[in-house]
Amino acid sequence: MQRIEEKLKILADAAKYDVSCSSSGSTRKNNGGIGDASTSGICHTYTEDGRCVSLLKILLTNHCIYDCAFCVSRKSNDVKRAAFTVEEVVDLTMNFYRRNYIEGLFLSSGIFKDADFTMERMLRIVKKLRQEERYNGYIHLKTIPGASEELIKDAGLYVDRMSINLELPTEAGLKLVAPEKDHESVKKPLAFVNEQMESFKEEKKLIKHTPVFVPAGQSTQMVIGATPENDFEIMQVADDFYKNYKLKRVYYSGYIPINNENSLLPQIGSAPPLVRENRLYQTDWLLRFYGFRLDEILNPQHMHLDLDIDPKLSWALRNPHFFPVDVNTADFNAIIRIPGIGRQSALKIVHARKFGGLYTYQLQKMGIAYNRAKYFLQCVDTPFRLGNPSMEHVRSAILSESNSGNRRQAVTGQLTLF
Amino acid sequence: MYYLFDGTYLGFLSCVFESFERKESNIIPLMQEDYQIALFSETRTIVTDNRKALRVQKGLQARVGKVEAMDFYRAFLSEDRKAWLASFFIVCQIFSGRADIRQDYGDEHVLYFSQILKKVSRERHRMKAFIRFSKSSDGLFFALVEPDFNVLPLISDFFRKRYADMPWLIYDMKRKYGLLFDTRQVGEVQLSPEEVQDATMPSIAIEMDERDELFQRLWKQYYTSTNIEARKNMKLHLQHVPRRYWKYLVEKK
Repeated sequence: MQRIEEKLKILADAAKYDVSCSSSGSTRKNNGGIGDASTSGICHTYTEDGRCVSLLKILLTNHCIYDCAFCVSRKSNDVKRAAFTVEEVVDLTMNFYRRNYIEGLFLSSGIFKDADFTMERMLRIVKKLRQEERYNGYIHLKTIPGASEELIKDAGLYVDRMSINLELPTEAGLKLVAPEKDHESVKKPLAFVNEQMESFKEEKKLIKHTPVFVPAGQSTQMVIGATPENDFEIMQVADDFYKNYKLKRVYYSGYIPINNENSLLPQIGSAPPLVRENRLYQTDWLLRFYGFRLDEILNPQHMHLDLDIDPKLSWALRNPHFFPVDVNTADFNAIIRIPGIGRQSALKIVHARKFGGLYTYQLQKMGIAYNRAKYFLQCVDTPFRLGNPSMEHVRSAILSESNSGNRRQAVTGQLTLF
Repeated sequence: MYYLFDGTYLGFLSCVFESFERKESNIIPLMQEDYQIALFSETRTIVTDNRKALRVQKGLQARVGKVEAMDFYRAFLSEDRKAWLASFFIVCQIFSGRADIRQDYGDEHVLYFSQILKKVSRERHRMKAFIRFSKSSDGLFFALVEPDFNVLPLISDFFRKRYADMPWLIYDMKRKYGLLFDTRQVGEVQLSPEEVQDATMPSIAIEMDERDELFQRLWKQYYTSTNIEARKNMKLHLQHVPRRYWKYLVEKK
């Protein structure tokens, strides 16, 4: 039998490509046992790649009946296999949690035998934690595509978040590298859980003691850069999923080459598309928190995000007629569209201007990226400008000002992919 | 004029009370130990008076609400003299009828106050994240910390609610006091220098739970395995986990 250390090594390593580590959004309270959920989530540490470690993220097993080319646990891959017992996962989770190492458990699994068998085993872990250990901390459970609705519904009563990964942004991409899978088997359970969430919420309005059902909602993940989808296609899919399934998050995961046998995929040694991934997240944020519509940022004329500059700046340069925005009179929703000004600073500006017109030195102190924002805003002491500067000029001025040395390097690093 | 007080929050509030009673303005609040800063200036020593302090506290709550009144306590825990000054200025303005002054971010004091509040809240959050308990053989979970600000009072509730079924101790090595939870309530404790010495070398002094070392090892294993080498980004890593916290982090030791 393998030692627990070796199992942890194998099954944490296999789980790490799932980027979600969020522990936020749940309000589970400690009722007479141990643990609770922190609404804002807590990152207990960060790995050297700069990613947050919030949950004990492991696979129950990396044995899998599927052979998806992009997955490290694919059947044909020659890796060491391992499987935790139910007791081992519970023991690890409780002991890490009590030492304040983690916010909770993120449990995923390779598919062994069939979907229901796997889901049933995962459910046993979750139930043991909640019922026997009286554990009220965070649990993120992967829904196994193809598992029965009874099992999924049962799991929803014990966990905080559920997720299923789309894997590749489009059906065509998925068929290239994972012919056994399809998007339908992801959409169906996402829709089912969403319906259940809604009906539990409705019921709660009538009956106060209705149990909570997946209180932190659902999420999904797409692998970026493994197959040739463009940014417009990717964000269209994300936008649809946010709207149709009320997802809390869509994660974009730059593909890290792990397979040299499939010539369709980037080969081992090529750098993951980190800048592109970052630009996709920025777009995601603009859609969810900044009131942008997708077609303002990406559309059939602009199908790729600019890697040198962020998508908000890119939009601003294409829409000079929107600027300059006068921060002393403009609406909050117009101020957050100024490149270099975020929601927090915009809120400060809107409060502060009630006490008198704002000057440049005040804006600079408030923490906005003034060097970027100055081309797009107006305040009390902005000198009168005759005509508008050309946006081409603004773009090059901003690029030369920001020390984009690192970024340039990263961009060339990524270009070798294609 | 400098007001010298005992360094407690009640002392700070007493200063506010005195400045209004004596009709003295342009006050700079300092601790008695900071006296050398004010060596050649006019100073007044303010005696902490709980009754006066509570009147100020009540008055603040009535004017800005309980939640916002709490902000002055949080900012005070920064132990930052400039923040105390900004706080003092804002409190005085509130009592002079400007209850909405906290939104005037164009004002230097107000902006500084909001920035320090953010820093304190970040440090509080970091302590919730970075505290690492070890388990001793008698079942006590203990942790040592050295937070930038005096944030223990701000995390007490969080740990009491979360770890309600186990006894724990969180000890601030810098400020030499700790929070002890006996599974019923949280109390403040001070350890003798010998006891602190013991705690820094638990392997000698405190008998550890037999499985504690195993879980520390497993945690390190997990931390290494979950890292993606191809995405290495030490700049970002250090931004999130600054070196000064490594000393007490199992995975970074």
